[in-house]
Order: sequence, then C-alpha cells, then structure tokens
Amino acid sequence: MRGSRIIRVKPVLDLRAALKNAVVAAATAFGLFALLIGIRTDQGPSGGLELTPRFGTLGILVAIAFVGGLLRGILFGERRIHIAPRLPAAATAVLDRVGRMFAPALLAFALAVPILFYHDRYILDLSIQILTYVMLGWGLNIVVGLAGLLDLGYVAFYAVGAYSYALIATNFGLSFWMCLPISGILACFWGVLLGFPVLRLRGDYLAIVTLAFGEIIRLVLINWQSVTGGPNGVPGIPRPSFFGIPFNAEEGGFAATFGLEYSATYRIVFLFYVILALALLTNWVTIRLRRLPIGRAWEALREDEIACRSLGINTTNVKLTAFAMGAMFGGFAGSFFATRQGFISPESFTFSESALVLAIVVLGGMGSQLGVVIAATVMLGGFELFREFAQYRMLVFGLAMVAIMVWRPRGLIATRSPSVFLERRKGIEPGLVREERG
Amino acid sequence: MEYFLQQLINGLTLGSIYGLIAIGYTMVYGIIGMINFAHGDVFMVGAFLALIAFLMLVALGVTAVPLALFLVLLIAMALTALYGWTVERMAYRPLRHSFRLAPLISAIGMSIVLQNYVQIVQGARVKPLPPLIQGGYTLLDRNGFAVGLSNVQIAIVVITLALMLVFSWLVANTRLGRDMRACEQDLKMASLVGVDIDRTISLTFVIGAALAAVAGIMDLLYYGVIDFYIGFVAGVKAFTAAVLGGIGSLPGAMVGGLLIGLIETFWSAYFSIEYKDVAAFSVLVIVLIFLPTGILGRPEIEKV
Repeated sequence: MRGSRIIRVKPVLDLRAALKNAVVAAATAFGLFALLIGIRTDQGPSGGLELTPRFGTLGILVAIAFVGGLLRGILFGERRIHIAPRLPAAATAVLDRVGRMFAPALLAFALAVPILFYHDRYILDLSIQILTYVMLGWGLNIVVGLAGLLDLGYVAFYAVGAYSYALIATNFGLSFWMCLPISGILACFWGVLLGFPVLRLRGDYLAIVTLAFGEIIRLVLINWQSVTGGPNGVPGIPRPSFFGIPFNAEEGGFAATFGLEYSATYRIVFLFYVILALALLTNWVTIRLRRLPIGRAWEALREDEIACRSLGINTTNVKLTAFAMGAMFGGFAGSFFATRQGFISPESFTFSESALVLAIVVLGGMGSQLGVVIAATVMLGGFELFREFAQYRMLVFGLAMVAIMVWRPRGLIATRSPSVFLERRKGIEPGLVREERG
Repeated sequence: MEYFLQQLINGLTLGSIYGLIAIGYTMVYGIIGMINFAHGDVFMVGAFLALIAFLMLVALGVTAVPLALFLVLLIAMALTALYGWTVERMAYRPLRHSFRLAPLISAIGMSIVLQNYVQIVQGARVKPLPPLIQGGYTLLDRNGFAVGLSNVQIAIVVITLALMLVFSWLVANTRLGRDMRACEQDLKMASLVGVDIDRTISLTFVIGAALAAVAGIMDLLYYGVIDFYIGFVAGVKAFTAAVLGGIGSLPGAMVGGLLIGLIETFWSAYFSIEYKDVAAFSVLVIVLIFLPTGILGRPEIEKV
C-alpha cells in the first residue's frame, strides 16, 4: 500500500449499491443525531430540564447524509483497493522549489508587517499571537516532529515559563530580559524532571503521562492559592522595556528618549519584534541542531528506536535532550505571553491549548518548520475570519486533525528534507519515509 | 471506622463506574494496541443520550421508574454503541496501516470533536436530573455517624458485576470472544486463519461503547448532574485504571477501576478534595514508571 504509484480502479456504477449505501448513511446519521441534535435540553424556570424539539435540523442532517452516501456510491462505487492520495512527483518537485523561495519571502514579509500595518492594531495583535503559536509549534516540533515523542502536555512548560516570569517579576522585581533566560531554564528543568522517569515509556504511554503532567501543573496552579493566586491568576505583570527604557508617556519613556511623539503602538511593535526574534531563534537552533549528532540521533530515534539502541545510542538521554529543548522554548514563549498579557491565570493553560499547538505541528507536517508557520497562520487566521462561528472552532480543528491523519498523515508539507545528502539536497517523498509502526 | 466504611462504599461505587469505562480502553488496546483517547468522551455522550432518552420517555408518559430505566439503558447502550462504531469506522480504521502515532492523534481529534459537538448541540451548562432511585439502608449507626448504602450504589455495583459476568462469558465462550482473543494475540495471523478482523475490531468498539454508556447512566444517576466535560477527566482516570490493572487484561481493568475509585475517595476524604485529580493523575505516572505492566498484565515483548 505504500508503493510509489497510485492505483486507480475504475468504479462500477451500481445504483442499487449506491442507494443501499445512502440508506445506511442516513440511518446512521439518524441514530447518531436523533437524540442529541433532534432534542435540545434547557434548564427551565423551575430548575428542571425542558425539551425543545429541533426536528428540522435533524432532518437536514439526515438528508445530507443520504445525499452524501448516494453521491459517494455513484462516484466511487464499491472500491476495495486503498488509494493513497498523493501529489505526483513532478508537482512535489515544483512545490519543493517554490517552497525554498517561499521561506525567505515569508521572513521578509514578517519583518515588514509592523511597517505595513502600523496603523492597524488588530493585525499587529493577531500577528503577535500567530508568532507566539509559531514559536510554540517550533518548540513542540523538536519533540514531536524530530524526536517522534508525542507530548500532550506541552502547555505545562508554557505555563511554567509564564508563571516563572510573572512570579519572579512581581515578587522580586527582576526585568523581562533577566527573567527570560531564567524561565527558559526553569521550564527546561521541569522538562528534565518529568522526562527522566517517563521517557523509558512507549510512545503512547508517554503521550498520556505528559497529558497527566500538564493537568497536574494546571491543577496545582489553581489550588496553590498562596503562591499562584489560584483561579484569579497573577495580575500586574510588568511590561517589557526597551533595554531598560519603559514604554510610557513619561519623561524617561521610550518616546521621550528618542524624541518621538508618544504612541501606544511602539510597545506593540517592540513586542512583535521580540516574539519574531524569539521564534527565529527557536527555528535557527532547531536547524543547527539537526546537523549535530544529537539532532541526527533525534531523527534516527523517530524512524526506528530499536535500530538506534542497537547502534549504541543512549535513547533515554537523546529523548531527554529533545524534551528539555522543547520545554525550554515553551518556557521562553510562556514568559513572552505573560509579559504581553500583563495578566495570567490557569485558564490560559488548559489541555485545549496543548491540543491546538499539537494540531499546528500535525497539520503542518511533523518535522517541517515551514509547515508549522503555514498551519499556525491558517488556523489562527481562520479563527479570526470566522469569528462569529467561534463556538465551532474547536469542532472544526478536531475534525481537521482527524481528516489530516486519514488523508494526509504527513501533514500539509509532507516531504522530508534529509539532513545528510549526497551532492544535492532533494525532498524525500513521504511514501519513502518509514516510521516505526505499532 | 464508620467514616472509613462509608468511604469504602463510596469508593467501590465510583470504582465500578471507572472499571466499566476502563474495559473499553483495555479491550481496544489489547486488540489494536492503540489508546482510544475518545473513549472518555464516548462515555460522556452515553450519559447525555441517557439523560435525553429519559426525559423523552417521561414526556411520552412512561413514568414507572424501573421500566423507564430499563428502556433508557437499552436506548443509550444502542446509540452509544453506534457512536463507538462510527468513531472507529471514520477515524481509526483508515489509519490501521499508518505510522504509530497517527491513530492516537486522530483519537485526540475525535475527542475534541465529540466534546465540542455535545457542547454546541446541548449547551455548555450542567444538566441536572432529579434522583430517580431513592432510598437506601443504614448499615451502621454509631456515635451519631450513620453509614449509608443507597439504592443507587447497590444498583451500580450489582449492574457492574452482572455486566462483568456476561462480558467474561462472552469473551470466554462465544465465537466473537474467540475472535477477539485471536486478534489480541496476532492480528495478521488471525486474519490468515479466517477471522474477520475488521468486524471483530468494530464489535470491540461497539461493546466498549455500550459498557461506557452504562457507566454514563450510572454517573448520571449517582451524581445527578452531567456536562460536556465529564468525559475528559473520567477518561484519563479510567485509562489510569486500565494501566494500573494491566492493560489488555479484563479483570485487571475492573481491579484497576476499583483501586482508582478507592484511591480517589480516600484521598478526598483524608487529605484534600482539591487535589483528588492530582492524586489520580500521579498514580498514573507512578504506575507507568514503576509497574508498566500493571497488576495483572503481561510484560510486553518487543520483536523486531
């Protein structure tokens, strides 16, 4: 099934089978939705639940399932041979070439964003948010994409970074630039602390343990009120300064020092460049690390753990470094988040945040740096575009995660660029990449 | 002593619910080696289906509680099983030959989908249900502290035991059970000797979901409120139970469930109720590190 050619089987038009297919689909849809969608329960004035029928919506959904089943039957017929949807090699090559020019162009655009959209505060805020997720995505990419360890509790390190900065800054008055490395180191330390015992575990056990760890951190943040402020969070986190010069309208402020008219936008632009620099640092470190023995060990580990072990790689240490690296960048991003928001509470560090970052990495194509950027932009941009459908956003990205796994398990950017190559670098077709299977 | 006894009863009740959910995890893991992350949410869907089915029956004039409960049990089990089947068919079956983490990522996606689907269609607020099974017995009354055993608790433990017996019989004595055990030992070999593995795996999900639905009904009856988020925490705890008991082992799932229920209840009773989830999650981490095969599990042998 993983051959390089696409097998096409001519479908046979069989109306009866298609009709049967449609009826099954409609009946399934009816069974699934009849109670949950067909009837809505609301709390009435007396406190009991009242029922409101919604048979119209139910009918529409069942009809859609019927038509869908029918069309599927007519268009595809009974096809038993699995077809791997994959772009032809030529298209992949073209994309690869465009892709190589795409990244520098994207970087140039990113650098120019504050100039282009100087007066559009909304765009600037959104870009900062996207860049934060790009950075988180790149950090997680080290763990998931390169080392192949599924980390479902990445947000824990983000939280550790954010709370480290918030608590150190509000209690001891250290500045953002002092706290940034500290929070990175603390997050890294937590990564080692967690990783050391659990990294011996198999992939999916590891995933659940990291999930549990993420929840433990969040619950401790909620309940350890004397230190973390509990559900009320930490308010009044100091804003970052321009190397000691605060962004305010006063005498010694940024505007006054440089002889400019005061504007609140300076701080936003500064924040934008800070997070851009942090994200690029993450990316640069990742790219450089991939060429070091440790980076190669990460990728080798992802491809085949047993082979790694038989070649004498200490898998626990290799996993631990990946975990710690990812955690450190998560910590950096967290402390940036804290300084940008000025207020943090445990609500910002729920599992859905971890899932969002994971979705960005997965959709982008695990291991692909550019994919993370595209996925983060598409997802967060999409959330903003469809703001009025905000309640559907988690639903849509859950579906997207499933759909990507089913149709394009390697993500949007599925080619792997090899870290070692002969004469010239070329992308590796996803079908040729073997990964450890369960 | 009275307090201890009361907590023991509460813990066993809670543990029965976890045990029923844990069976779904352990069966699926035993057969296809994946963590069905969406299973906790299937349990939540089961609870919602039961709630709506019950309200519908009341609206239709079925007021006799035993009859209504029996019908609710049937409806919720059947429809939740349909959810289990659909989830497997859409999100897991296409990935059977994909890379190792693919089914888990897909399962996480499915879990998010189910949670948000229920939130959208039924709202985010908690759904209360007045207690259906009332009354109970006082076992012991000393020093002004009465140890109570409510009828709901009796019902939960009895139903769990009955289902466990039926289910063990099914696995040990039926054609389906034999197929399941064959698939658990070697999926490829089972298909070579004529086991329809797609069907077996589907039925495994169906049975797991039906048991989760029963757990959902029990949760609804026991606590009287549900919301769309109950599946996440219950799912992680039930998974912990499955791991603690030894993943892949059916009695293990039940033992693990009871232990987790007891640990959680006693932790809440004697230490701090705020950290009860932390306790359960910590147990998961500790068990995986020191006892990865669980109490009744077999060590996993990795073959190249």
